[in-house]
Amino acid sequence: MITGAGTMLGIAFLMSVFASALVLQAKGVEVEAAQQQKNTWLVIMSLLVCFVGITNSMLMSVTERYKEIGTFKCLGALDNFIVKLFLIESGLLGFAGSLAGALLGLVFVLITNIGVITSLNWGGVLLQLLMCVVIGTVLSIGAALPPALRAAKMQAVDAMRTEV
Amino acid sequence: MASLESQTPAAPVKEEYNASENIVRVRNVKRTYYIGENPVHALRGISLDIRRGEFMAIMGPSGSGKSTLFNMVGGLDKPTEGTVFIDEVDISQLDPGELAWLRCRKIGYIFQTFNLIPVMTALENVTLPMIFAGASLDEQMERGKKLLEMVGLEHRLHNKPGQLSGGQQQRVAIARALANDPAIILADEPTGNLDQKVGEEIIQMLKRLNKESGVTIITATHDDKMYKRSDRVSIVIDGEIQAVVPPDQLGDNTVDGFLAQLKEEKDAAAAAAAAGN
Repeated sequence: MITGAGTMLGIAFLMSVFASALVLQAKGVEVEAAQQQKNTWLVIMSLLVCFVGITNSMLMSVTERYKEIGTFKCLGALDNFIVKLFLIESGLLGFAGSLAGALLGLVFVLITNIGVITSLNWGGVLLQLLMCVVIGTVLSIGAALPPALRAAKMQAVDAMRTEV
Repeated sequence: MASLESQTPAAPVKEEYNASENIVRVRNVKRTYYIGENPVHALRGISLDIRRGEFMAIMGPSGSGKSTLFNMVGGLDKPTEGTVFIDEVDISQLDPGELAWLRCRKIGYIFQTFNLIPVMTALENVTLPMIFAGASLDEQMERGKKLLEMVGLEHRLHNKPGQLSGGQQQRVAIARALANDPAIILADEPTGNLDQKVGEEIIQMLKRLNKESGVTIITATHDDKMYKRSDRVSIVIDGEIQAVVPPDQLGDNTVDGFLAQLKEEKDAAAAAAAAGN
C-alpha cells in the first residue's frame, strides 16, 4: 500500500506541474523564457522526486519479502520466475498508482483554477495524463528491477534466514 | 499465475540411473565461508550416507555446522570441497535451473516457521510446487485436495495461513512438501514452534508417511521426541560428525550426555595410548 501511495504522490506532483502549465496557457498568460526555464527545472525535479520515491518503495517492498522469495526457491522457482513476479506486480501497482496520482494531480490543479475549465486544452490534458501514467508505470518497473534481480540471485538459504 | 505454469526447468542429465541403497551420499565435504576476511570452517570433512527410506535426525549444538550440513543434504548449498550425491546426482555439477528442478521434484521442505505464503489459501499453497512442475489445473486441484485430506485439513482448503493454528499450518506445509511426490523430505526443526502435544502429532504424521510411502525423511532437530523415533541420529559438533547411531544407543541420555560419554571414552583411549608409549 505504501508503495502504491509513493508512486501516486510522485505522479500527482508531476501531473500538477504539467497541468499548471496548461492552465496558464488557457488563461492566456504568456510564459517568458526565464519562466520556461524554471518550469523545465521544476519538471525535472519532480521526475527525480518520483523516481527516488518509487525506487525506495520498491526496494522496501522486495526486501520485506526475502523470506517469501527464499520459500519460492525451495519450491523450485527459477530465478527468472522471481524477477517476472516482481516486474508484473510492480507494473500493475505502478499503473494503478500512476493513474490515481495523475487524476489526483489534475483534480487539484482544476479545483484551484475552476474558471479555466472550459477554455482548457483538453486534448493536451489527456496527452499529459497519458504521459504521466506511462512515466509512472515505466519508473515503477524500472525501479523494481535491480532489487528484484538481486533478490532472485540470492541463495535460497540466505533469503530465508533474513530477519527483516 | 496461469501464464507462468509452463515453466518446467530442464532435468539434470545422468549417465545411468539405478536406484541405489543410499539416497544421499556425502563424501569428505568441507564448507568454508567468509565473514569479511575471516574464514569460518562450518564443515571440516564430513562423510555420511543416508539410506533410502530412512528416518534420520541430524543433531548438534548451534554453531556446530548442523544447519550447514542440513542445507548441503537438501540441495540448498554447495560444498567448497568434496561431493554431495543426491540420488546419485552430484549437486555441485548442477546449474541453477537443474537445482531448481531438484528442489521442485525430488525434495520437499518443511520449516520451523512454516513459511507458507500468507496471501494464498491452504489449497493454493499446496498446489504452488505443482505449478512449477507444470501440472495442469485439474491435476493440481485433485492432488491438492487429496493431500490436504491426508493431513486432515479437508475442511480448511480455502483458509489462509493467518486463519490456521500453528499445528494446522505445519500440516499444510507437510502437504505442500509432498506436492510433487518427492523422494526426500527435509524438515528443519519442524516442531520448534509447536507445543508438546501438537509437536507429537506432527512427528507421528511424519513417521506414518515414512512407513507408508517410504519417503526418506531427514530432520534437523533439538526435539527429544523426534530423535527417539528416528532410525538413526547423526551428531555434528565443530563441523565434524561425531557419531551416527540408532537412538537406542543414546540410552536415556540427552545428546549432551551422550557426547560427554563419547568424550570420556575418547579421552580414556587417548590416555591409554599415551600411557602405553
